[in-house]
Amino acid sequence: MTGPSRRAGTAGAQSRAPDPAATEGEAPSRPPGGQEAAPADPGAPGGPGSPGSGRTPEPGGLRDPGSPRRAAGLRPGPLLLALGALLAALTVGLLAGAAGIAPRQAVLQLIDWLPLLTADAGLTPVEQSLLLELRLPRVLLAAAVGGLLAIAGAAYQGVFRNPLADPYLLGAAAGAGLTTTAAIVFLAGDDVSLVIPAAAFAGAVGGVLLAYTLGNVAGRGGGTATLVLAGVAVSSFLTAGQTFVQQLGVDELERIYAWMLGDVGGGWEKLALAAPYAAVSVGVLLLHGRVLDVLSVGDDEATGLGLNAARARLAVLLAASLATAAAVAVSGLIGFVGIVVPHVVRRLAGGSYRVVLPLSLLGGAAFLVLADVIARTVLAPAELPIGVVTAFVGAPFFVAVLRMTRGEGA
Amino acid sequence: MRPVRTVLAGALLGALTLAGCGQSTTTASQSGSASPSTAAPAPGFPVTVEAGNGPVTIGARPERIVSLSPTATETLFAVGAGSQVVAVDDQSNHPAEAPRTDLSGFKPNAEAVIAHKPDLVVLANDTDGIVAELTEVGVPVLLEPAAAKLDEAYDQITDLGAATGNAAGAEQVVAGMKKKIEQAVAAAPGDAKLTYYHELDTTPYSVTSSTFIGQVYALFGLTNIADKAPDLAGGYPKLSAEFVAKADPDLIFLADTKCCGQSRDTLAERPGWSKLSAVTGDRVVPLDDDVASRWGPRVADLAQQVGEAVRKAAAE
Repeated sequence: MTGPSRRAGTAGAQSRAPDPAATEGEAPSRPPGGQEAAPADPGAPGGPGSPGSGRTPEPGGLRDPGSPRRAAGLRPGPLLLALGALLAALTVGLLAGAAGIAPRQAVLQLIDWLPLLTADAGLTPVEQSLLLELRLPRVLLAAAVGGLLAIAGAAYQGVFRNPLADPYLLGAAAGAGLTTTAAIVFLAGDDVSLVIPAAAFAGAVGGVLLAYTLGNVAGRGGGTATLVLAGVAVSSFLTAGQTFVQQLGVDELERIYAWMLGDVGGGWEKLALAAPYAAVSVGVLLLHGRVLDVLSVGDDEATGLGLNAARARLAVLLAASLATAAAVAVSGLIGFVGIVVPHVVRRLAGGSYRVVLPLSLLGGAAFLVLADVIARTVLAPAELPIGVVTAFVGAPFFVAVLRMTRGEGA
Repeated sequence: MRPVRTVLAGALLGALTLAGCGQSTTTASQSGSASPSTAAPAPGFPVTVEAGNGPVTIGARPERIVSLSPTATETLFAVGAGSQVVAVDDQSNHPAEAPRTDLSGFKPNAEAVIAHKPDLVVLANDTDGIVAELTEVGVPVLLEPAAAKLDEAYDQITDLGAATGNAAGAEQVVAGMKKKIEQAVAAAPGDAKLTYYHELDTTPYSVTSSTFIGQVYALFGLTNIADKAPDLAGGYPKLSAEFVAKADPDLIFLADTKCCGQSRDTLAERPGWSKLSAVTGDRVVPLDDDVASRWGPRVADLAQQVGEAVRKAAAE
C-alpha cells in the first residue's frame, strides 16, 4: 500500500496542473460533488444535478470496469427498505419503555401533538412530559448517533480501503476518553452534564488531528498505512493518559465507565448540541460517495481519473471525524455500529459508496434505535449500557448476514 | 471515598462473597469480642478478632495502625483509637484530624503500607492480594468489607474496638448509634406509605432495599421504587430516567451532591423531571455522599436525616 500511496503524493501534485478547475472547487466545506465525473464525462462538471449525492443516473458507468457493481447508483428499492426499517425502529422506540405507558396511549398522545389533530390519550402531565422530554429525544438521539457512527465507519473503511477500519481508528475514542475522564475527575463536585459533551468533542477532534499530524510527519504524501499506524500509536498514548487520570479519581470510576459504555439519554439539549455538526458532516459525506468509489480502485488510478487522492481523502476524513466527534460528544463510546453496519449494507445492497454511505446512515440509525430499545427494556426498570447491547446483539446478527450472503463477497 | 461506588466498579468482589464474609463475622465476632469487654479493659491482649479474612490474633495493643478504609478510619476515631492511627488512605476524609496520606485503598501498595511500620492494618477490599502480602511479612490485617446489614456494621465497630484495646469506647459508640436510630424511627410515622428514590449519580444509578443503605430506609417503612428492577440488575441498578419520572417518588434522596453537584434545582432542569412531586413539593433531600456510602458510626446521623424528611413529608 505504501508504494502507490507514496507515488500518489507526487502524482497528485502533477495532476493539479492540467486540471485547475478541480483544485479550485475543492474546499473541505464544499465537496467536489460532480468533479470526479469530469474525466469520464467532460461535460459534467458543474452540470445541473451532478452533486446530487449519487442519486442521479451515473454518467461514468464504464470508468471502473474492474468492479461492475460499483457502476450502480442507489436504487429506490433498497433505499425504501432502509427508510421503512428506520421508521419501524423509531415507532418501536417510541412505544416501548420502562414507564409502562400503554402503546395505544402513546400513539394517541403523539397524534395529539401533531398540528391540527387532537386526541385524548388520558396521560398525566408527568407522563406527557416524560414522552416529550425523555423518550422522543432519546429515540431521535439514538437514530442520529447510530447514523453518524455508521456513515463515518463506512467513510473510514473507504478512505483506508480496510474492512477493519471504524470511526475510532484515528484516536477519536481515545481522545474523547481522556478529556471526558479528566473532566469527570478534575471537576468532581460540579454538575458536568454540559461540560462532558464539550470535552468529548474536543478530545475526539484533538485525537484525530494528532494522529493525522503525526501520520503526515512520519510519512509524507498522505499514505494510509502510515496514518493507520499513527492512529494506533496516538490511541494507545491517549488511552494510557486516560487510565492514569482515572487512577487519580478512582472514586469516579463508575461515572467514567457509564460514559464509556454509552448512553443516548439526555433530552433535546443533547440532540441540539449534535445537530449542526451532524448535518454538515453527513452532507459532506453523502456528496463524497463517488470520490470514495474512485479512491477504491487505487491512488494511481484515481489520479489518472483526475482526482487529487490525498486531498479528497482529507476532506472525507475530516467530515467522518466530525461525525464521529459529534456522536461521541453526546453518547459516549458506542462500539460495533460503525464497523458492522457498513458491512451489512455492502453485503445486502452492493459495494458502491454511493449506496453504502446513505444506506449505512439509515441502517445505523435503525440499528441503534433498536439496540437502545433492548437496553432500556430487557431489565426494565433498570437499564443496560447500550454499548453492551450493540455488540451482544449485533455480533450474532452480523454472523447471520455473513452466512446468508456467503459467496457474494463484498 | 464512596466505597459503594468502588465496590460496584470493582466487580471482583461479588456481593455474595461480601455477604458471606459478613455473616460469618457476625456470629463469630460476638463471642470473640465478648471476652475482652467483660475482662479487664486495659490489657485485654492477646485478642482474637473474627474479620473478613478469618480469625486474626493481635498480640499487644497496636500503636501504629494504618487504615485503608474510610469507614474504618471513622470508626477508629469514634471508638477512641485515633491516637494509635499513624496513616489513613487518600479517601479517608473524616474526621479532619485523621493523618491522611497518599496511600490508596483501591490500588493498595504493600510496600508503601509497610513503610509506615504498621502493627495493624485495617482495610475494606482485598485488592491484588494485599491481605496475603501483608500477612506474609507478619503484619496483622483486619479485612472489614462493606457491611450488608446494620448488625454487621455494629459488629465491625465492636471488632475494631476489641482489636485496638478500645472495647469500652466501641460499646459506647454502638449503643449511641442504636439509641439515635431508634429515636429517629420512633419519631417518624411508620404508616406514611411513602415511596423514595435514592440517587447515587446522575446516570442515574440507584440502590435497592437489599443494600446496606436500602435497609436504613426500610427501617422507616419507606418503599423503594428501585426494588422493581429485576435481581439480575444487582443491588445498584442503573434506572431508567423514564421510570423514575413515571414512578414519581414521594421523596428523593441525593447521594450525588458532592460528586456531581446535584440539588433540587438541577433535578428540576433534567428533561421530564421538572414536574416530579418531590421536586415541586420540595421533598428532595440532599445527603452527604460519603456518609451515604459508608457503614460507620455516622449512619446514625443519616438515619436521623431520613427520619426528619419522612416526618416532614408525612405531615403534609
